[in-house]
Amino acid sequence: MKTINALDVHYRKLNDSIDSAIKVDKSITLNNVFGQRYIGRGLPKGVKIKIHGIPGNDMSAYMGGAKIEVLGNAQDAIGNTMNSGRIIIHGRCGDTLGYAMRGGEIYVEGNVGYRVGIHMKEYKDMKPLIVIGGKAGDFLGEYMAGGSIILLGLNLAEGEEIVGRFCATGIHGGKIYINGNPDKYKFGKEVEKVSLTDEDTAFLKKHIALYAKFFKKDLSHLKLEYFSKYMTVNKNPYSNMYCSN
Amino acid sequence: MLKEGELRIPSGCAISGIIDKKGNRFSGGEIIKSIALMHERSNGLGGGFAAYGIYPQYKELYAFHIFYDSLSVKTQVEDFLTKHFEIESAGNIPTKSVPNIKDQPLIWRYFVSPRIYMSKEEIIDEDEFTSRCVIKINKEYIGAYVFSSGKNMGTFKGVGYPEDIGEFFMLDRYEAYMWTAHGRFPTNTPGWWGGSHPFTMLNWSVVHNGEISSYDANRRFVEMFGYRCTLQTDTEVITYLFDLLVRKHKMPMDKAIKVVASPFWDNIERENKKTQNELKSIRAVYANALINGPFSIILGCQKGMVALNDRIKLRSMVAAEKGDRTYVASEESAIKIICDNPDRIWSPKGGEAIIALLECENK
Repeated sequence: MKTINALDVHYRKLNDSIDSAIKVDKSITLNNVFGQRYIGRGLPKGVKIKIHGIPGNDMSAYMGGAKIEVLGNAQDAIGNTMNSGRIIIHGRCGDTLGYAMRGGEIYVEGNVGYRVGIHMKEYKDMKPLIVIGGKAGDFLGEYMAGGSIILLGLNLAEGEEIVGRFCATGIHGGKIYINGNPDKYKFGKEVEKVSLTDEDTAFLKKHIALYAKFFKKDLSHLKLEYFSKYMTVNKNPYSNMYCSN
Repeated sequence: MLKEGELRIPSGCAISGIIDKKGNRFSGGEIIKSIALMHERSNGLGGGFAAYGIYPQYKELYAFHIFYDSLSVKTQVEDFLTKHFEIESAGNIPTKSVPNIKDQPLIWRYFVSPRIYMSKEEIIDEDEFTSRCVIKINKEYIGAYVFSSGKNMGTFKGVGYPEDIGEFFMLDRYEAYMWTAHGRFPTNTPGWWGGSHPFTMLNWSVVHNGEISSYDANRRFVEMFGYRCTLQTDTEVITYLFDLLVRKHKMPMDKAIKVVASPFWDNIERENKKTQNELKSIRAVYANALINGPFSIILGCQKGMVALNDRIKLRSMVAAEKGDRTYVASEESAIKIICDNPDRIWSPKGGEAIIALLECENK
């Protein structure tokens, strides 16, 4: 496994050295990362990167199958338009996580910021997933068009709310699962709460187990019957916007 | 070249701030390191710093930092200054040659006390007298710009990347208990020395990342109270709003924050009756002081530092605490590079201010 010291290295140079390194060894460790942007951008299946520090904005943008593990917090727009692969963040995360995400999985141990999963989408078997251990800010799943978000709300302090306002505003596809039953005023008018199916329960079980495994947590106390599921009220609401079909 | 106020170019930025709440002073090296880390957020057309507690030997005097385009305008402004102020000390602000910093104006510093008895108007206090003089110079003396006018504080700014501006002004040689910094990506106006951030009025300074869509409403509002927005830039108007609300209207800081980032009406409806009445009154009286559009700002004042996001958080902001210090920056890495293992690190909500005030009298 190749180790790269990222201290004081400009993001372009760092990403260039990652590109050269993976030609020799597909497993890389980055140390002392401080805000360098676009780490893991477009990287294919087989590449594994372990990051010590704080990767910068747009980490894993357009990622094509690589696996990235961050041992620390992450900033904004992580997983921007990513196609496939897996991101595991052992910490908290900033705004617009999974921005326009098209596939792959993101697991965040702690809290996430505003507009997480904004306009994530799915197509056939490409179904993106974001699993969040803590709470989420406003506009979770805004304009969501596909894929799934699972919000666990673990270890919230007294009075801390699992999700902010304007959740799923403009949603027209995809599913949001929230551990609990937040007040209705927090949601956009395009969303409705629906009951969990057996398929949902199996899906939740599987990904909660993975979360527990990645972050070495015992989540046996989580009760699936407390989860709420949110989906768009109508299917394909804009199909007749530009032409009738 | 057309300057600020004469041209608009529609189109991000970096901000960082550190305060030691016990008033212990530290060099500008740390804030330079923090803002330099976010180099990518700027484009080299503006950088600047505000430093509080740097002039303890002159702490009773107003410190004017002035840009001059020419010696002739300098002579005219000095004539005005001599008439209105006792000038205790005057001189160049020391700078050093930095390859990327070019075309600097003449940069002068004056420590002054107002000759308030010169005023023909009704008795006004020293702050009001001084701010009126600053507004007058900036409006009437073309080619001169007072870019700092507080006591025991100073702004240092110019066209360039912030880390280069910091080196140019040798800020590692100054010691302050509070520093704020800005890296500029000018959007609506061309880069100009005076147009860089922070914007200041007396002890107020604002660094700002964003774009205020309520600019004209806010401008008309502050201009009714005698301010003149000469730069067509949103940051200037934010500075005047806080000066108006807190200094002139004597509003507590938490209320002033509710004015500029007031809660949504439907959120107000969920409050108790007393809070509802208060918030509704604020929104009614100060409707035109509401700041709309994406912003994250750090406001510096005599009492300390306030950081604030717009209500729906369209710009990023991270805050951290370690010991007596509070840190705020556009990116978490810009805090961690100067503060490893903070006691607490978090992303404030939209409209939720981080208020970090000095726990002692102004040093």
